[in-house]
Amino acid sequence: MIAVLLILVPLLTGLAAFFIKNEKQVRSWALLSSLATLVVSILGLAVLHDASYLAYKTEWMGALNSSFSVKLDGLGQVLCLLNAVAFPLIFISTWRSTYRNAYNFFALMLLTQAGMMGVFLAMDALLFYFFWELALIPAYFLCSQWGGPQRIPVTFKFFVYTFLGSLLMLVGLLYIYFHTPDNSFDITSFYKAALTDKEQTWLFWLLFIAFAVKMPIFPFHTWQPDTYEQAPTAMTMVLSGVMVKMGVFGLLRWLLPVLPLSSYSWGDTVSSLAVAGMIYASLIAIRQDDLKRLVAYSSIAHIGLMCLAVFSVNVIGMQGVMIQMFNHGINIIGLWIAVELIERQFGTRKLSELGGLAQKAPGLAIFFVIIALANIALPLTNAFVGEFLMFTGIFTSQATKFNIWFTVLAGLCIIFAAVYTLNLIRKVFYGNTSAAIADAKDIHLNEKFVLGVIVALVFWLGIYSQPFLGVTNKASTDITNSISENPQLQRIFKK
Amino acid sequence: MNALILSAVIGVIMMFGGVLLKQKSAVRNIATAGLLVLLIVNILEMYGTSFFRINTEGMMHFDRFSLLFNSTAFFSAFLYFVLSARDMEKVGNYYAEYLALIFFILCGIILVSASRSLLILFLGIEIISIPLYILTGSDKRNLKSNEASLKYFLLGSFSTGLMLMGIALIYGATGSFGTEQVFMKDGKPGVLLIAGMILLLFSMAFKVSAAPFHFWTPDVYDGAPTVFTSFMATIVKAAVFIAFIRLFNDAFGAIQPQWQIWVALITAATLFIGNITAVFQQSVKRMLAYSSIAQAGFMLLSLFAMNADAKEGLLLYATAYSLATIGIFAVLIKMSDYTFEGFNGLAKQQPLIAATTTIFLLSLAGIPLTAGFISKFYMLKAAVLTGRHFWLVIFAVLMAAVSVYYYFRVIQAMYFKEGQPKEILVSSSFKWTLVALAGLIILLGIFPSLLLNWYYF
Repeated sequence: MIAVLLILVPLLTGLAAFFIKNEKQVRSWALLSSLATLVVSILGLAVLHDASYLAYKTEWMGALNSSFSVKLDGLGQVLCLLNAVAFPLIFISTWRSTYRNAYNFFALMLLTQAGMMGVFLAMDALLFYFFWELALIPAYFLCSQWGGPQRIPVTFKFFVYTFLGSLLMLVGLLYIYFHTPDNSFDITSFYKAALTDKEQTWLFWLLFIAFAVKMPIFPFHTWQPDTYEQAPTAMTMVLSGVMVKMGVFGLLRWLLPVLPLSSYSWGDTVSSLAVAGMIYASLIAIRQDDLKRLVAYSSIAHIGLMCLAVFSVNVIGMQGVMIQMFNHGINIIGLWIAVELIERQFGTRKLSELGGLAQKAPGLAIFFVIIALANIALPLTNAFVGEFLMFTGIFTSQATKFNIWFTVLAGLCIIFAAVYTLNLIRKVFYGNTSAAIADAKDIHLNEKFVLGVIVALVFWLGIYSQPFLGVTNKASTDITNSISENPQLQRIFKK
Repeated sequence: MNALILSAVIGVIMMFGGVLLKQKSAVRNIATAGLLVLLIVNILEMYGTSFFRINTEGMMHFDRFSLLFNSTAFFSAFLYFVLSARDMEKVGNYYAEYLALIFFILCGIILVSASRSLLILFLGIEIISIPLYILTGSDKRNLKSNEASLKYFLLGSFSTGLMLMGIALIYGATGSFGTEQVFMKDGKPGVLLIAGMILLLFSMAFKVSAAPFHFWTPDVYDGAPTVFTSFMATIVKAAVFIAFIRLFNDAFGAIQPQWQIWVALITAATLFIGNITAVFQQSVKRMLAYSSIAQAGFMLLSLFAMNADAKEGLLLYATAYSLATIGIFAVLIKMSDYTFEGFNGLAKQQPLIAATTTIFLLSLAGIPLTAGFISKFYMLKAAVLTGRHFWLVIFAVLMAAVSVYYYFRVIQAMYFKEGQPKEILVSSSFKWTLVALAGLIILLGIFPSLLLNWYYF
């Protein structure tokens, strides 16, 4: 029941929001709805974690052997929690932004959340595809209707990229469907699909491209910086905080366990792409003068690291990915909040035009520096746990012969991350006070609250992340085993 | 059989109605009621109540497939009447005659969908085509309409000639008009038979506007009065498709491997030309003409696959496509400016119409939760199931992504661009019919079994 509620609450409240014409009311309505979702999610995590609450299955398309099957497993728990935590934070932090036709805005936001919940919960390939697309449609409208001047072409590019990717995925899913033992879209049947080496190879690419566009992995990333820049900030937070995780999630649930042979044999290629993307994005981020684009490129680098860890195929790395998905989502929302504040106050995002903000807005400076340090994975912060686990995983990976190279090159990107993040802090908060920020004000209470929550999470997960890792342990082991215990691959993965 | 005879009778009644009834609303009401009667008797026949028992000597076969298709065609036509019948008045002075012609076309549709004989097929195709030539040219004072009509007539007659030649060749080879008798004899198909089949393939491809036989489509669809384009591009086209797949399933199913590659090439060409050319259009009406070619390409996948999924899928596709396209055309008729810019800012002025149009467009583009997605899904599923020519599936998917470009241009214009479209006058019943249509599309998108169950039970 919990699983169904997680989808239904945002879906129904979102549909209702279309009819609340008063901006203040609809804003509160959206916040209430997102809090309710959060409560449901925490209930599922902490109180009602009996299997009967977490799974739901009913007949849907009988002729196609597809059912409405949703379930909260460890992987789903983490991402649903992220989704449920992100939205209240986003709504509170953008409380002061006003939107034309606010009811449409908030309704579409909630529908996006419902779509993403569905993606994380679906245990049926067709249902998964449905939600995968459903999350995209409201996002398309949100980004094209509210946002920067270039929003229409930019969002359209984003839409076409992801739509093309997902259509290819649909063909791949269909092909697998015909090779399942009982012609069913159920995930357990998918895991049993009988596919030859050659079939797995091209199926791998059909599915991988869809996920790679979403994450995004080099060279499918070109939509991302533009979209992040042009989208309304609340939507940028959703895109970078939660939606990109759909790609990583897709790898974990629908790619590795379904196509173990090709995931192993193409792992090196994908990892090389990921590493290339990380270095490329980091170098661009170093030279970047625009705050939003800087954060966007740093996000590409971080996601690249997750992809690398996924294809290292061991439990430690997987655990790192799971916790890092959550951490990255939280941290980047914090970064966007600061960026949004700066842009709204001073009308500029150029690093060269900012400076000395710490004197004018000490509160913002403290929070921002903590989150930025978490972004470069300083010990005691949440990202340190995730990245440390991921690096351990990559370094000890048995799935590749180039693990040392990957570790070194990815490690290089951590240094790059320090360069551009510290540079960012220096240019925005320290140095001489620039003319643009002469009459800066410090952050408001709502923003303080959100940033405070984020910083609390940063420290909590940085110091005591064991409960979190406990939740994802089984999922990580299962995904890893699906490859390492595959009969054809067993001799490579020595126990 | 019920609907076949009644549709001819109602057509004649409509002709007299034009003489006897002075009020146009009375004519319209009779036509709408007539259509409802057709729908009801057809559904009754699906449940085994047949009013007329005529021995057709096996020339026609009213099976589940044809009856269900006819029901959806009548239903679509009913919605079409409700939405657009008023706009036919503006075309010319012969209101009742237009409606009569439409009933004759429906009569032809029933013939082709149930045909089991090449003669009946030919008869049906002609009964569909000739009224269409007239309707295309019904806007007599418009030069474009005249041009379209003449073009359609010349090219259409030519393709009919090809078809007749093909039928003659097949008759020569087999000594029978029955489609199921074509391959009764053992042995390899002779040259006559293959030549006949190719001629039939080409002429049918012409009728469904498949590339490279599509050249008439944009001009005819663009030139014809928009109300009639709507009918032509949806119900008629779907019916010819049903005839197409029936013919090739019954007559040439046995040698499918030999012609499959040809259909695959025609499909790929149709998808390519339809989608790529649609991208460059400036007028929504012309874009819809090319989009109908592109959608035909997707429907051709069912001919390519020719399995149980394909037949089910085609029924679903024909319905989904007809519903969405009828909706868009109904809105387009109300617009005074047919260019994309004409739609700028429509969402502000007519939020309900813009929202429903968006759903129609999303359905045509094949976005999940709409009937368009599930029908495209069936087509892809059928094509994947054949296990051959997998490149075609990938190509179709790529082209579906291209189609997003031109469908979304309309959405972008309506929602994201500023503009003041001319005030459009619509009744509230028009709006609510659109909403019902959009609701139906979403319902079918979530529960396609609502339609497909009828195929089996």
